[in-house]
Amino acid sequence: MPSAEAARRGSVPRSPRVRRVWAALAALGVAITIVSLGTGDHAITPVEVVRTLLGGGTPADAFIVETLRLPRVLCALLVGGALGASGAVFQTLTHNPLGSPDVIGFTWGAAAGAVLQIAVLGGGAFAVSGSAIAGGLVTAMAVYGLSLGHGPTGARLILIGIGISALLAAVVTFLLARVDLNSAQAARLWLTGSLNGRGWEFAVPMMVALAVLLPALALLARPLTMLELGDDAARALGVPVDRARAALIVVAVGLCGCATAAAGPVPFVALAAPQLARRLTRASGPGLIAATLMGAVLLAAADLSAQRLLPTGGLPVGVMTGALGGAYLIWHLRHEWRRL
Amino acid sequence: MATPVITTTTIPPAERLRAEGVSLAYDDRLVSTDLTLRIPDGSFTVIVGPNACGKSTALRALARMLAPTTGSVLLDGKAISSLPAKQVARTLGLLPQSSVVPDGITVRDLVGRGRYPHQGFLRAWSAADEAAVQHALAATAVADLEHRFVDELSGGQRQRVWLAMVLAQETELLLLDEPTTFLDITHQYEVLDLCAELREHAGRTLVAVLHDLNQAARYATHLVAMKDGQIVAEGPPADVVTPELVRAVFGLEALVIPDPATGTPMVVAHGRAERSK
Repeated sequence: MPSAEAARRGSVPRSPRVRRVWAALAALGVAITIVSLGTGDHAITPVEVVRTLLGGGTPADAFIVETLRLPRVLCALLVGGALGASGAVFQTLTHNPLGSPDVIGFTWGAAAGAVLQIAVLGGGAFAVSGSAIAGGLVTAMAVYGLSLGHGPTGARLILIGIGISALLAAVVTFLLARVDLNSAQAARLWLTGSLNGRGWEFAVPMMVALAVLLPALALLARPLTMLELGDDAARALGVPVDRARAALIVVAVGLCGCATAAAGPVPFVALAAPQLARRLTRASGPGLIAATLMGAVLLAAADLSAQRLLPTGGLPVGVMTGALGGAYLIWHLRHEWRRL
Repeated sequence: MATPVITTTTIPPAERLRAEGVSLAYDDRLVSTDLTLRIPDGSFTVIVGPNACGKSTALRALARMLAPTTGSVLLDGKAISSLPAKQVARTLGLLPQSSVVPDGITVRDLVGRGRYPHQGFLRAWSAADEAAVQHALAATAVADLEHRFVDELSGGQRQRVWLAMVLAQETELLLLDEPTTFLDITHQYEVLDLCAELREHAGRTLVAVLHDLNQAARYATHLVAMKDGQIVAEGPPADVVTPELVRAVFGLEALVIPDPATGTPMVVAHGRAERSK
C-alpha cells in the first residue's frame, strides 16, 4: 500500500519545494508592490501604504497611491505575469528554452502593427494597442501556418519565427525612416517597452483579459504537460494533440498580445521567467504558475528599478529588462548551449 | 483500475484490434493499399519486413497515429477514430519510436505521466495510480532508479523507463514500434523477455515491429511478414519462416534451421559462405 509520503511525491501532486517557490514569489511580489507604492517624489511608509490601500490614510496619500502609482504597479505585475505564462507555453510547445514569443516573432508582429498605427495612421493609445494585438495575431497565424507539416514542429516554428521577425524588423525600420520626427520618436519609445504613465485605463482591460485567459490556460495545463513528451506519446496517452496545441497557441498569443498592447514589446521577460522559475522549483513540466509569478515579480522589480535608478527617473522598463535579459541569454547560451 | 464488466452471454471477438482494408499514405506517398491486419487476442504479434516495407506505418495506423485514407481500424468492433481519445488510451498503449525526454524529469514523474488517461481534470493522484506506477517500475526493473533524472540514464535504462510509462497506462493491448532499436544485445533480450512475460502472465496482447528476424521468430506467437506495403505471409513462426519466404520478402538466400536454444526457426544467411565456396 503506498504511503502518504509516496503519494504526495506523485507526478500529479506537486512537491513541497514547488509550493514554497510559489509562496516566496508571491510574497516578493507583494513586497515590491508596497515599496513601489511608497517610494518616489512623495515617500509614504509601508504601514501607511497598507492603511491607504485598506481605505484609511489621508486624501493626498490616497490620490498618490491609488490613482498615480497602483495602476502602474498592477500593469507591471499583470503584463509580467502574462509574458511569463505565455513564454512557458511556447517553450514547452517548441521543446526549446529559446521558443519564447519574443524569439518566434509575435512581438515583432505586434510592434509592426503598433508602429504602423503610430507612424502612418496616427491613432491614439487604444488604436495602438488594438493594432499591436492584431499584428501579433496575424504574425502568429502566419508562423504557425508556415511551420505545419510532418516532422518535429518545434524547431521549425522557431526558425520560421526568426525569419518572419527579420522581415518585420525591416518593415518597422522602413516605416520609422519614412515618417516625421515626432511620430518616429513616439514609435521608438513604444518599441522599447514602457510603463510610464499607465493608469487604470490600461490596468482594468489587462485584468479583464487575464481573468479570461488564465483560467483557460489552467484547463489546458495537463494536456500541455503531456505534449512535452512529443506528439506521438501525447496522442497515445489520449491527448487530442492538434486541437490542444491550437487552443494553447491561441491562449498564449492572447496573453502575449495583451501584454504587448499594454506596455509595448517588453523584451526577455517571456524568455527568462519560465527558465528562472524552473531553476528554483527544480520540477519538470511547464510550471505555469511559477512562470507567471516569476514574470510578474521580474517586471515589477525591473520597473521599480527603472524608475528609481537614475535621479532623473522615468527610464523605460524595456531598457532594464533588455539589459538584464541580454546578460541572462548570454549566460544561458554559454552554460547550456548543448541542450538548445 | 476500472475492471471492465464482462457479460458471459456475449462471445468476445477473436480480434479486438483490426485494420480492415486500409490504405495508408503520408501526404501523397502511398505506403499500403487495401491492407487487412488482424491482431489475434492474447498473441505476441511481430511484424517483420525489409526497410520501408510499411511495417511501422501499419503499426502507427493500428495505434491511431495515422488515419487511413480508406478503410478503418477497429477496436472492439468500433472505428477507433470515432472513440474518445482518452477511452482508447485506457485500452491501447503505444511505445512510439521517438519521444522527447522533458527537461529535469525524474523516472518516477515520467512513469507517472502514463496515468493521464485514467485521470480527470481535478482528480488527485490516487492509490490506484500509485500502485500502477510501482508495478510498472518493478516489472521493468527500474524501481531503484525511481528518483534519478531520465536524461542521466543509459539508452537501455531509458527505453525500459519509457516501457514502464506505457505499462503504467495499464492497457490490455500494447503496441511497440521497434522497441529494441538502439539497445545493446543484452537489453534487447531483456525487453523481449519482458514482452513475453506480459503476454504469458498478465494476459496482454502485444504487437511489435522488430528488425531482427531471428528474435521475431523466437518471441512471436503470430508472425506477420510484410513487403511493399502488403502482407506476404502470417501465422505461427514455425509455419511462416521458410527459405522461400526469406527469399521472397528480404531477397536473401538463407538456411532455416531449428534454433538450438528454443527450437523455433532460425535464419542463417548464406552471405559470404556462398561466395567463398
